[in-house]
Amino acid sequence: MLSIKKLHAEVEGKEILKGLDLEINAGEVHAIMGPNGSGKSTLGNVLAGRESYEVTEGEVLLDGRDLLELSPEDRAREGVFLAFQYPVEIPGVSNINFLKTAINEIREYKGLPPVEARDFLNMVKEKQKLVEFEAKLANRSLNEGFSGGEKKRNEIFQLAMLQPKLAILDETDSGLDIDALRIVARGVNQLRSKDNAFIVITHYQRLLEYIVPDFVHVLYNGRIVRSGTKELALELEEKGYDWIKETAGAENAI
Amino acid sequence: MSTKDNELLKELTLEEYKYGFTTDIEMDIAPIGLTEDTVRMISAKKNEPEWLLEWRLKALRHFLQMDMPTWQNFDHPAVSFQDISYYAAPKAKPKLNSLDEVDPELLSTFAKLGIPLDEQKVLAGVVAVDAVFDSVSVKTTFREKLKEQGVIFCSFGEAVQEHPELVKQYLGSVVPQTDNIYAALNSAVFSDGSFVYIPKGVRCPMELSTYFRINAENTGQFERTLIIADEGAYVSYLEGCTAPMRDENQLHAAVVELIALKDAEIKYSTVQNWYPGDKDGKGGIYNFVTKRGICKGDNSKISWTQVETGSAITWKYPGVILKGDNSVGEFYSVALTRNRQVADTGTKMIHLGKNTKSKIISKGISAGHSHNSYRGLVKIAAGAENSRNFTQCDSLLIGDRCGAHTFPYIENRNKSAKLEHEATTSKIGEDQLFYLTQRGIDPEKAVGLIVNGYAKEVLNQLPMEFAVEAQKLLAISLEGSVG
Ligand SMILES: Nc1ncnc2c1ncn2[C@@H]1O[C@H](COP(=O)(O)OP(=O)(O)OP(=O)(O)O)[C@@H](O)[C@H]1O
Ligand SMILES: [Mg+2]
Repeated sequence: MLSIKKLHAEVEGKEILKGLDLEINAGEVHAIMGPNGSGKSTLGNVLAGRESYEVTEGEVLLDGRDLLELSPEDRAREGVFLAFQYPVEIPGVSNINFLKTAINEIREYKGLPPVEARDFLNMVKEKQKLVEFEAKLANRSLNEGFSGGEKKRNEIFQLAMLQPKLAILDETDSGLDIDALRIVARGVNQLRSKDNAFIVITHYQRLLEYIVPDFVHVLYNGRIVRSGTKELALELEEKGYDWIKETAGAENAI
Repeated sequence: MSTKDNELLKELTLEEYKYGFTTDIEMDIAPIGLTEDTVRMISAKKNEPEWLLEWRLKALRHFLQMDMPTWQNFDHPAVSFQDISYYAAPKAKPKLNSLDEVDPELLSTFAKLGIPLDEQKVLAGVVAVDAVFDSVSVKTTFREKLKEQGVIFCSFGEAVQEHPELVKQYLGSVVPQTDNIYAALNSAVFSDGSFVYIPKGVRCPMELSTYFRINAENTGQFERTLIIADEGAYVSYLEGCTAPMRDENQLHAAVVELIALKDAEIKYSTVQNWYPGDKDGKGGIYNFVTKRGICKGDNSKISWTQVETGSAITWKYPGVILKGDNSVGEFYSVALTRNRQVADTGTKMIHLGKNTKSKIISKGISAGHSHNSYRGLVKIAAGAENSRNFTQCDSLLIGDRCGAHTFPYIENRNKSAKLEHEATTSKIGEDQLFYLTQRGIDPEKAVGLIVNGYAKEVLNQLPMEFAVEAQKLLAISLEGSVG
């Protein structure tokens, strides 16, 4: 589904991604771990098309289509969803209104008529339940005055509403209490299907006990330096990143 | 700013004003220039009583002695008062009794603007409309229905003929002829406008609305609106306005006076969309209006709501004189400027009575090379025990070539008064835009959403039917303004 080849990207003239390769098939969950500042969020932003991130080299295909050519909104309409590490507040814009606008824009792109009011409301109810997102939050202004955990849960609520092909969760677990973590994980697990894929960026092995990944990758210094299965996450938790850094350093030296 | 933002900004400046068409109709236009004879001619055309002519002439003499204001923080345009025609009216039958007698060309003009003059077609009688074309009122709808409740809603000219005692009592009682140079000019040459009287204890059964349209070239529009809410009465009034695109600047100098007697409430809403000029600042309307209300009786309330998106230059400070005890004044404003537009707007809240309250919510939005200022005065007189004011001035910047300024003036002569002032300046953030586009929303729509969210507190004050229009107007006015 997603094929990333030799991806180089820079922010404000500084190279952050330095030749990243990653292949993801439909139905898979890939966890990405790695030390602070290694480029995990950068990868998410680059895939979603944030303007300040410039791709200097490499290729990204989504179902064979050149993703890098598309505007951020068209990528979203093609099914790329980024659950932000730091969701922004947009005062005065109602959460529900915003979601309806988003859904209709995506539908229009696909040549579908606007969603029926009743279908939309039913869907809101169903998905709210799925992520135990309080109805009163859904009716408030977009993230305005939300607690850190509420913002993260809102990201997953939006994910459930938009049903993307490729979802990138950037540290969605950070700032969540244990119950919220379970709820979010359960939501994600229910949304998993053979047709979609997830990239789960996290620092903690605990999330991966709930959302069990098919693959775990370690991103270090702008590249994926190690890939494995969920056992790799356990190993990292035990040993920290030093041993990776050493071997990565050795590889670089060769 | 990235190249994509620049492209979008360029698109914005090329966005056309969609009300810019002209109407081809036979007009009766006064010769250019301003003398006593001009004033006499206007007064005669309107078949006015002697006292009104004298009142106008007095105003003209004041006007001729007054100097142009110098307090503004932008270049004052040179307005040559002798190059304007002070009266322009469609050549039509002297009195219109039914819609059939309105020139079809005029009907189609207002239909194009989305203003229904055909009562049958108006949504179940929620809004009564007075349509003013250049200098005269062409049609007021639902007059009969309103009359049943004793509500008078007619053109100013008709009020002078049919209710001279009310006009004489209140004309100039809130905005004196000498208030400022444009108020003096208006008092001398005003041609038409709307008149409203709501009798004691009556809640006006529908929204009243006036629609102003400037069409003729080289003319000024000087309308006069007078609204009186008698004891315990309530009225909600809305004005809208557009003008054709022309290369020359056109002057619009209106005066609006509101009078709320004991326990009365007046809600006055404006959606101002005069032609703003082109992207280089050529043409556009100079919108220099004086709007003021007086809460004359105890427990009365006046509320101004304005959405200002048009005009090359806007100067207006709709104010409230809080004379009655426990009276309330409110001012809710959204002013959007782009290209080379200038908006200098705010309010004056004059607290005279005891326990008087005022609330000011001002939301400026500036894009392009525009300048957007809030200028407001809160004055507490010595006798205004326990008065309260809350002021909030927010500015939103789009791009980095525009300016936002705040000039709050406070004069407090009473120690028991409580005044609060809050001000913020923000930019539409790249992170906010990215958040919305990442969910599949078109960037222009995203800006519209953010701006409407920002202005929500003010838009919420508008009557339902117009809030939707105002939201669309804000979104359209900002098309392409991503930065
Ligand atoms: N907009 C930006 N401007 C300047 N530098 C940036 C920007 N975004 C990212 N960087 C830099 O790029 C590097 C990678 O940042 P990134 O956010 O991708 O790290 P991360 O792996 O997500 O880290 P964390 O685990 O702390 O979230 C950092 O050195 C960061 O300072
Ligand atoms: Mg990060």
